[in-house]
Amino acid sequence: MNGLKALATTATLLLAATNVVHAGATLDGIKKNGFIKCGVSDGLPGFSSADEKGNYQGIDVDICRAVAAAVFGDATKVKYTPLTAKERLTALQSGEIDVLSRNTTWTSSRDSAQGMNFTGVTYYDGQGFLVNKKLGVKSAKALDGATVCVQAGTTTELNLSDYFRANKMKLTPISYDKSDESAKSLEAGRCDVLTSDQSQLYAQRIKLAKPDDYIVLPEVISKEPLGPVVRHGDDDWFDIVKWTLFVMVNAEELGITSKNVEEMKKSTNPDIKRMLGVEGDRGKDFGLANDWMAMVIKQVGNYGEIFDRNVGKGSPLKIERGLNALWTQGGLQYAPPVR
Amino acid sequence: MTALSSAPVKPPFWNNPQIRAILFQVVALIVTVAFGLSIFENTQDNLRRLGIASGFDFLSSPAGFDIIQTLIPYSAASSYGQVFWVALLNTLLVSVLGIVFATLLGFVIGVARLSKNWLVARLALIYIETFRNVPLLLQIFFWYFAVLRAMPSPRDSLSLGDAFFLNIRGLYLPAPQFQPGFGWTIAALGVAIVLTIGLTRWAHHRQMATGQPFPTVSSTLALLIGLPLMVFWLTGAPLHWQVPELTGFNFQGGLVIIPEMASLLLALTIYTAAFIAEIVRAGIQAVSHGQTEASFSLGLQSSLTLRLIILPQALRVIIPPMTNQYLNLTKNSSLAAAIGYPDLVSTFAGTTLNQTGQAIECIVITMTVYLTISLLISLVMNWYNRRVALVER
Repeated sequence: MNGLKALATTATLLLAATNVVHAGATLDGIKKNGFIKCGVSDGLPGFSSADEKGNYQGIDVDICRAVAAAVFGDATKVKYTPLTAKERLTALQSGEIDVLSRNTTWTSSRDSAQGMNFTGVTYYDGQGFLVNKKLGVKSAKALDGATVCVQAGTTTELNLSDYFRANKMKLTPISYDKSDESAKSLEAGRCDVLTSDQSQLYAQRIKLAKPDDYIVLPEVISKEPLGPVVRHGDDDWFDIVKWTLFVMVNAEELGITSKNVEEMKKSTNPDIKRMLGVEGDRGKDFGLANDWMAMVIKQVGNYGEIFDRNVGKGSPLKIERGLNALWTQGGLQYAPPVR
Repeated sequence: MTALSSAPVKPPFWNNPQIRAILFQVVALIVTVAFGLSIFENTQDNLRRLGIASGFDFLSSPAGFDIIQTLIPYSAASSYGQVFWVALLNTLLVSVLGIVFATLLGFVIGVARLSKNWLVARLALIYIETFRNVPLLLQIFFWYFAVLRAMPSPRDSLSLGDAFFLNIRGLYLPAPQFQPGFGWTIAALGVAIVLTIGLTRWAHHRQMATGQPFPTVSSTLALLIGLPLMVFWLTGAPLHWQVPELTGFNFQGGLVIIPEMASLLLALTIYTAAFIAEIVRAGIQAVSHGQTEASFSLGLQSSLTLRLIILPQALRVIIPPMTNQYLNLTKNSSLAAAIGYPDLVSTFAGTTLNQTGQAIECIVITMTVYLTISLLISLVMNWYNRRVALVER
């Protein structure tokens, strides 16, 4: 089970170490393999879940596809590895995956002690609570003595303890490895409350048998900036993953979509020309094809498109853009310029 | 004729089998140590390169998460070191209880398997064949997700005398609260134990010398229960019971057996008991039937035959494979991670590993602990085995 997997990854960490890594080694390895090894969630609608044909879909999956489009000009060249919250960081550390795109919160200890590099924020989230309406609870402050289901090994688990401690409330936590187990336990009544990032709560709720019996409490108790992660020590690869996201945000800002990208190549706007590889060598700087940014937009779409398609208006989750709107529209999504 | 003055030519030292044996051992040792060192160096190197902190300093930093079942004081402000002890005790608790229950149940089923009563023997057979052939993880899921999920919610708990409550959150029992003066009762129990040992020895000697049996079982029971109980009443019954009460979401106060623990314990007990039953059956059948017949012809009852003739001889066959089952049970308890029981693997090698990122340290500690527990069990069982083994003269 998990112990075994952790053991295996530890063994890999111990043994897979002989080849001294030079900068750009990750990209070389990926090009040799012919695909990107991407770690995703084991089933979270809107972020990453497999459809009935076994194809992965979601906003986190689209990040993997975008990186593949950037490297190979082909968004399908991805090998997905579904990981539980507990396994994900070890999997990245040990080199089992090249990039982790699995609603992972950017924190200081993960950036420093755990050897991670967060490449940006795909989704600004915050932790909330999902409860059964029957309990008649209107606020998280009224949860004293509640039994709470939570996913093991997450920042959520820590925030939960902090919140109950700060408000002097008694907490009985049950930590499961899989979010599905938490949802099942909430339905069965083993716990009163399920806590997680708010986006996940909405996703979990539509999976329940009677979604309307449950409400998300108004309190948001933490900042959860979720984003893709790579290992320390390979700056070239870090740059590629980081700028893949920036390109998608910039594309939305400039009005470039997967539909109009070919027409946009004829645009007179120098910003657009640079980005689509019509002018300058911005693509080659990354060691990639000069039109890689155009490929990302063409095959996967701009940020607004992937948001709407997976979690926003065009999806069953119907989450508002909120903090995730562009900075020009009152949100936090902002990308440095392509120049 | 010249004398055979020249001594036989001394063979070169590498042909000397003794020296050669030592030489090979030294070479093997050097290679092993060098291999270990290079792996260690390599790991250190790579951890540094990836910017991952290493070492055991994290054990003293605060954990920041809560645990559902703790046998020793613990809060979110406690250290990861404390998490380790909490998790270890949870593992030991479920393993020890599992070993005790599985042994008792296994003996009963094993003896029932040999019963002359057709129905009893068949039921035991069905039990064994069913439970030892269904994977343990499935059995744990069965108890957890199928059986214990069917319990009522806290507000509709099943209750017994308004003191015991059973619901989906677990089994709530009254908790004993010892008042001052309870120490006398404990002291009385100690005295009773000493007296029991003395009585048993005396009875044994007397039976050896005169052949007169003494009703040891009933008299020791009377002593062990009667004396402490008498002192307990004489000192004014210094014991209160804290009864669980439904306040807010859950029952508060009292003792609780959480369903995670209950399903794990049930599954471990029932699964391992099936194997133990087969070991017991094999052990009993290994004692030749002539022994039973001889015992009956001497006029011993069948219960005495089992206790004095069959079991002592069967134990010699039973103990070694039994040790294996105990080891298996302890190691199988790590399946707890699948249902959220906070054992060593789920809490320490899982959550702690993930929150700190200290994969190597956490896994090494966990492996060492399981190795130590297993070796200790082996040690105790081997000692017991030597005691019951046939002494050859």
